[in-house]
Amino acid sequence: MQGYRKIEIIVGIFVFVGIVAIAGLAIKLGQIGGLSSSGYELTAVFEDVGGIRVGGDVMMAGVSIGRVADVSLDDDSEAHLLLEINEGIKISTDAIATVRTKGIIGERYIRITQGADEESLNDGDEIEETESAINIEDLVSKYIFSPDNKE
Amino acid sequence: MRRLLTHIFGAIGRSTLSSLQRTGDATMLSLRALCCFFMPPWQGSHIVRQLYALGVGSLIIIAITGAFTGMVLALQGYYMLAKFGSESLLGSAIALSIIRELGPVLAAFMLIGRAGSSITAEIGIMRVTEQLDALQMMAVNPVGRIIMPRILATVIALPLLVAIFDVVGLAAGYVIGVDLLGVNAGAFIGEMVTKVAMEDLNIGWIKAAGFGLLIGAICTWYGYRAEATTEGVARATTQAVVLSCVSVLVLDYILTSFFL
Amino acid sequence: MLRVENLSRRFGDLLAVAPANIHIRRHQTTVIMGGSGSGKTTLLRLLAGLEQASSGHIWLDGKHDLSCISQSGLYQLRQRMGMVFQYSALLNSLNVYENVAFPLHEHTQLDESVIRTMVMMKLEQVGMRGFEHLMPSELSGGMAKRVAFARALITDPELVFFDEPTSGLDPISAGVVSSLIHRLGQQTRLTSVVVTHDVEAGLRIADKVILLWQGHVIAEGTAEDIRHSDDPRVRQFIEGNPDGPIPFSRNETPFHEALMAGL
Ligand SMILES: Nc1ncnc2c1ncn2[C@@H]1O[C@H](COP(=O)(O)OP(=O)(O)O)[C@@H](O)[C@H]1O
Ligand SMILES: [Mg+2]
Repeated sequence: MQGYRKIEIIVGIFVFVGIVAIAGLAIKLGQIGGLSSSGYELTAVFEDVGGIRVGGDVMMAGVSIGRVADVSLDDDSEAHLLLEINEGIKISTDAIATVRTKGIIGERYIRITQGADEESLNDGDEIEETESAINIEDLVSKYIFSPDNKE
Repeated sequence: MRRLLTHIFGAIGRSTLSSLQRTGDATMLSLRALCCFFMPPWQGSHIVRQLYALGVGSLIIIAITGAFTGMVLALQGYYMLAKFGSESLLGSAIALSIIRELGPVLAAFMLIGRAGSSITAEIGIMRVTEQLDALQMMAVNPVGRIIMPRILATVIALPLLVAIFDVVGLAAGYVIGVDLLGVNAGAFIGEMVTKVAMEDLNIGWIKAAGFGLLIGAICTWYGYRAEATTEGVARATTQAVVLSCVSVLVLDYILTSFFL
Repeated sequence: MLRVENLSRRFGDLLAVAPANIHIRRHQTTVIMGGSGSGKTTLLRLLAGLEQASSGHIWLDGKHDLSCISQSGLYQLRQRMGMVFQYSALLNSLNVYENVAFPLHEHTQLDESVIRTMVMMKLEQVGMRGFEHLMPSELSGGMAKRVAFARALITDPELVFFDEPTSGLDPISAGVVSSLIHRLGQQTRLTSVVVTHDVEAGLRIADKVILLWQGHVIAEGTAEDIRHSDDPRVRQFIEGNPDGPIPFSRNETPFHEALMAGL
């Protein structure tokens, strides 16, 4: 049964390594107990978020400062976003949140432009100033159907 | 003409019925194995032995496959993304493809080739040489002793192997993407971390466990029901490998469309 | 001990064992003889409950019907049985010692030292002591057979099935094995069912002989009855005549006619 002892130990190591890999992936990439505890959350309401997804970037001055944690539709048929902002990032109370498109691929992200206010937002606050996604179809139809263009 | 039609439809009907019957039989065998897991005698040492033979035995080949998958994805992804000027997305592109799709599927294929075929061949030979009957005569249930530990080992081992595949693949992708192709390290990791959510990882684990169960169930059944001849075992092994691969892909499609 | 009623087994169109009524008495050695393909192995496997019967019943001790019994009930009864398979069927992953000790490890809580003594005793009986560390792949057919013998007898079963126990053995080992079966029957009151096509050895150890031909029981009785039987089929079998009522080839038409007709 000497051989069996050895097998047991090797299997133990194998299972341990596998579980470490699972846990490592979950903590590093799945952010179990990662960002959510070390950062804070803000909400923002948009008329149109242009199909942004959970996990989308939140950027300020081109730097990623957090991610979209939840997307839902509220009672007024407006998009309600929950943003996870990294620890230590200060956002002024009059900051503007904009839905933007990255590169040509068209991936959506939230851009936050700092305001002038001295005070900054706290966990659970709402970003009041929002600007919806620019929708090319809307622009085109607005142009075509606007009264000024009628012959 | 009429004879030809009856012939064709008869053949279709027969093969449908026989494959249904075989599916049912294989399911019953797995369920019996499940019952044996909960009933004495406890087969702990045999499960450990199978984890050693099937899991540890497939580790090296799966790590190598993972490394090359990550490397290829980095190269291929880089040249695709570079055309759009979005090389910074490389990290998330590699991570999502490996974690959601390639890790579970390729690790499953490697497990089929390395372990599934040997399960079928081993059990088939035990059938040919009457070792299964000998176990029966010694009042040892071959389903509990032979089938159950193997199914359980593939179910436990595959998620662990997939996790190792993922880690090795991501590391290899990082080496190629960052060190060789010069993608910014911060962007690579940052994109990877923000784009991969816990759901993506969960899909990977669910797939891995599902594939493990499928491989264990199919390969043990083919061995257990192998015709008791040399060719019978050879045929059973080939069929088990082919059917396992196809079923893994079909189940992959079902799970992917279910979770998307 | 075993009473068989109307037992039969078909494989598709082939009737491997025709409906048979057999009585296997306690403490006796019953020898089933017949040419190759006459259904001996199938009958033995039916008796041991390894094969599903197409019809009929097998009564053990007059109360357990082996042809329709629950899995766990069968395992319960099998702890009192042993079987030596035609090709030994040793477990490939275990060495000789572990193979012989297997039933004890499975079903008893005996001390390893006790098990060791018992295993060594059985191995000594079959002349395989000193080979206990070899793997089955390192044994010759005859050696494997003797280990299988030790394994079947290790739990001191009441009923043992032997499928061709002497085939593949050298004459000395074959003699040892058949005298062992005989002695076990005499001394430990073992009930054994032996399948063989070795007429001499079979008749020597048999308390009762059953002669099979194409799945049918064609003669049944003591060794003396068989030796002095008038049935031409029985005479041909025990004398090993090439000519007689049992055709060597199963084909209906003689080969030269088939050849003329273009096969
Ligand atoms: N599993 C099986 N499937 C189909 N036919 C079988 C099977 N087992 C045995 N047979 C057939 O049954 C007959 C009796 O076989 P068997 O009992 O092995 O003969 P014996 O042991 O007397 O040589 C043979 O003609 C054999 O071809
Ligand atoms: Mg035979």
